[in-house]
Amino acid sequence: MIEYKNVLTTCPYCGTGCALHLQVLDGKLMGTLPAKEHPISQGGLCIKGWNAHAFVNHTDRLTTPLIRKDGKLVEASWDEALTLVAEKLGTIKTESGPDSIAFLSSAKCTNEENFLLQKFARAVIGTNNIDHCARL
Amino acid sequence: MTDRLLSLRQVIDRVIPQVDGVLAIKRGPGGIVAPFLFTKAQSDTLDQLAIWPKEPTPDTLKIIQHAHPEAKLAIVCRGCEERGIVEMFKHHQLVWDNITLIGLQCTQEEAEFCRCAKPYTVHASLIVGEPIKGVPDPLTEKIAAMSLEEKQAFWKDEFVHCIKCYGCRNICPQCFCNICALEDETWVETGRLPMPNPSMYHLIRAMHMTAKCVACRECEETCPAGIPMAVQFRLIARDVQEMFSYETGAVLDQKPPQLLVLEEGEYERTGLPH
Repeated sequence: MIEYKNVLTTCPYCGTGCALHLQVLDGKLMGTLPAKEHPISQGGLCIKGWNAHAFVNHTDRLTTPLIRKDGKLVEASWDEALTLVAEKLGTIKTESGPDSIAFLSSAKCTNEENFLLQKFARAVIGTNNIDHCARL
Repeated sequence: MTDRLLSLRQVIDRVIPQVDGVLAIKRGPGGIVAPFLFTKAQSDTLDQLAIWPKEPTPDTLKIIQHAHPEAKLAIVCRGCEERGIVEMFKHHQLVWDNITLIGLQCTQEEAEFCRCAKPYTVHASLIVGEPIKGVPDPLTEKIAAMSLEEKQAFWKDEFVHCIKCYGCRNICPQCFCNICALEDETWVETGRLPMPNPSMYHLIRAMHMTAKCVACRECEETCPAGIPMAVQFRLIARDVQEMFSYETGAVLDQKPPQLLVLEEGEYERTGLPH
């Protein structure tokens, strides 16, 4: 049996909130279609939205965290990676002070994720050095 | 459910047991429509069958048929979509024999929205709605009547708004080249907006639409800058008709000019320099 459908979703690339359809054939992601009559994007998309499907199954996409060991990136578990990050952030904070650390969040994240990162920066680390990727 | 939607539903109900799927439009979350393959296994989804706005379904048909070349598929198509399917068949993008066309005739209002000269199907054996006559295209006529200088100024002013989303190319059912000239750095520079030379992108595309554009206007509809680019393709189509007696998407066994080898003496008829 053939199954073709479109899944309506929000573009992950910026905060505008354009809607797009992900074309799914037999459970496989095939492409992007704009959403006509959507109040925000009104059937249009920018070049990023048009390619929103491209990274999902891309061969270059990382599927596990990587830790640099002896100059080489080695696959690691999330527990291992997060423990290392926590340890290093703790050391830097103790040795050089909280303002030696800065955080960059992303327009691709949800409001809630961005809220959490600034909370982490201010309440856990103790710095106001928080900004987003559009400033890069 | 309107009468027209009901008639379409009845035709699909009749066709669906004989095919692997019927490609049409389905109303989804928030009332937003998208192409959908209706199958007999999920016939209850037909309650969400929709008619308007139209969607670029010929391209979807190609995606499905490419993965399932043997599948018997039906498609609900308007005049423009039928022309698109004919033209894609001629360029070996679709297998004609495996497709059942359900011809949805456009209403006066829909035809006027698209400024459509042929809002009806000619090949479909199953018909929904009454065929109506084509409507005038005031915008194309207005631009056609301009002087060369006025035309240049008009298009320059339109193209400058382009955000280079490539949407017009992506949504076009007739844009299927594996290697696209618009992705060639020689012609279209990457990484700069506004484009240093936006006419390059748009005029290359206009040339490549010669004898290919079926006037579905999907490009205009998806353009975030509202560039009325189909006007260019319609004006070129007039020249193609005059030079090659070729009407895009109309006749199944007439070779498109790009695939034609002109016999000796035939150049004169085309009016091309030789």
